[in-house]
Amino acid sequence: MSLALLGAVSQGILWGIMVLGVFITYKMLDIADLTVDGSFALGGCVAAVASVSLGLDPVASVLLGTMAGIVAGLVTGCLHTLFDIPAILAGILTQIALWSINLRVMGKSNTPLLNVDTVFTRVAGILGVSQPVATMLVGLAIAAVVIALMYWFFGTEIGSAMRATGNNEDMCRALGIDVRVTKLIALAISNGLVGLSGALICQSQKYADIGMGTGAIVIGLAAIVIGEVLGRLVPGGIHAFGSRLTSAVVGSVVYFLIRAIVLQLGLDPNDMKLLSAAIVAIALVVPVMVERGQLRRSYSKGGEL
Amino acid sequence: MLTLRNVTKTFNRGTVNEKPALTGVNLHLAAGDFVTVIGGNGAGKSTLLNMIAGVFPLDLGTIELDGEDVSRLSEHQRAKNLGRVFQDPMRGTAADMQIVENLALARRRGEGRGLSWGTSREEREEYARQLATLDLGLESRLSSKVGLLSGGQRQALTLLMATLKKPKLLLLDEHTAALDPKTAAKVLELTGRVVEEHRLTTLMVTHNMNDAIRLGNRLIMMHEGNVIFDVSGDKKSQLRVGDLLQKFEEVSGGELANDRMLLS
Repeated sequence: MSLALLGAVSQGILWGIMVLGVFITYKMLDIADLTVDGSFALGGCVAAVASVSLGLDPVASVLLGTMAGIVAGLVTGCLHTLFDIPAILAGILTQIALWSINLRVMGKSNTPLLNVDTVFTRVAGILGVSQPVATMLVGLAIAAVVIALMYWFFGTEIGSAMRATGNNEDMCRALGIDVRVTKLIALAISNGLVGLSGALICQSQKYADIGMGTGAIVIGLAAIVIGEVLGRLVPGGIHAFGSRLTSAVVGSVVYFLIRAIVLQLGLDPNDMKLLSAAIVAIALVVPVMVERGQLRRSYSKGGEL
Repeated sequence: MLTLRNVTKTFNRGTVNEKPALTGVNLHLAAGDFVTVIGGNGAGKSTLLNMIAGVFPLDLGTIELDGEDVSRLSEHQRAKNLGRVFQDPMRGTAADMQIVENLALARRRGEGRGLSWGTSREEREEYARQLATLDLGLESRLSSKVGLLSGGQRQALTLLMATLKKPKLLLLDEHTAALDPKTAAKVLELTGRVVEEHRLTTLMVTHNMNDAIRLGNRLIMMHEGNVIFDVSGDKKSQLRVGDLLQKFEEVSGGELANDRMLLS
């Protein structure tokens, strides 16, 4: 049981890197970018093939998976910004195209990583720790670096322009910001992180699978939502950018812990997607219902306000 | 400073909803001109400003700004030379960002944005000084989210943002129309001060004829997509609201101008 939970935590951290990518598009640009399902699997497939067929170093494989994710994001970005295709549709198009591309990349639907080094086996060897522990350490280190980089980047001039794009495009144009460029960069970075996460998951589970990205966007949204709910429990709430990013990763860990527990309790793994969707739906419905309820209750026929 | 030649725009051309918005407008603004623009609903006032800002592409004609033909430039490219304040206070600022971040974005209007930090320490001090001139107490709230400000405060902030980097042309599109009378008066007073101080070439659309007469050195009246009345200098300062109403009646064939103008 404790090993299963440790595995869930590691998995949650590695997926948390994808959640950070989804955070950029969903929370900052207000786009539900469906490319994610495809680019996550792409990152995994590319990393697997790079290790197994090309015999590349595991770190190089992971970087290649990240690059592939960036390219996928650029494709969605171009469809959306250059040709005015609605973001959600642009994402769906790329996602569907990536299914075929991923099959082409692997040449089959599944690539096991037998007898090849991964970043996790390597770190386990260097530090002399068990592989589950190495997985967790590597995940934590990468997540911390990504959060630090994002914190820095979104404080820069170009990063501020990207945040402003999600806020008010009219203002951006009036201030000389080309919102097509900022959106393109955001989608590229976001999907780069998703590809990175896919590559790491592939190496940690020791195989890449054509279906490994299915439902990734919903997991990402669920993790963000869980993170926000947990953030509200902290006294004073969470507002600082760095804390919001951290809470997204924590949300991912909690999501995978919940998952591990309900699976232990005997839930059919196939029902997991239903549960994920329900979590996101409930999280989106509750604030709306609460607000409506407040509006209704605040009505009175007469008397004092 | 600004020269419009035969600027023409028709919306939904070739459909039943075809609407000629500008019909060959010719207009020249000298450097330092403060021009107020009045006219009924649908006269083309806002379209005129939007065409200058590059919100829609031109059908016909040219727009020259400070000797440069900007007719084919996109909205964000033209922004380098333009300061803009919109009617809707929500449109000019980013609600989820801090006051200081909004100002820093505006400070870099039309400049390349790189990987250096979004706001420097010296900037913060300068912004605090500038905000103090607004007399709204915003200088002590640099790190507050703009979404927490009132409409009037946001509009005053937008005005500051539009002029933080001195624009060649300031475009004000009924920027006080959405505010309560007292706040509107305050923002208008501020407008006059800022334009005066930086000697800005300005186009200000307004529905309020008193304001249109009181502010600026020149007044133009628009009707059905063109300029029908253009007065400046002493002639303008001697104008009365009654004169303008009469002018409106003439062009609209006896019908009175819309009620918002009458009431103002």
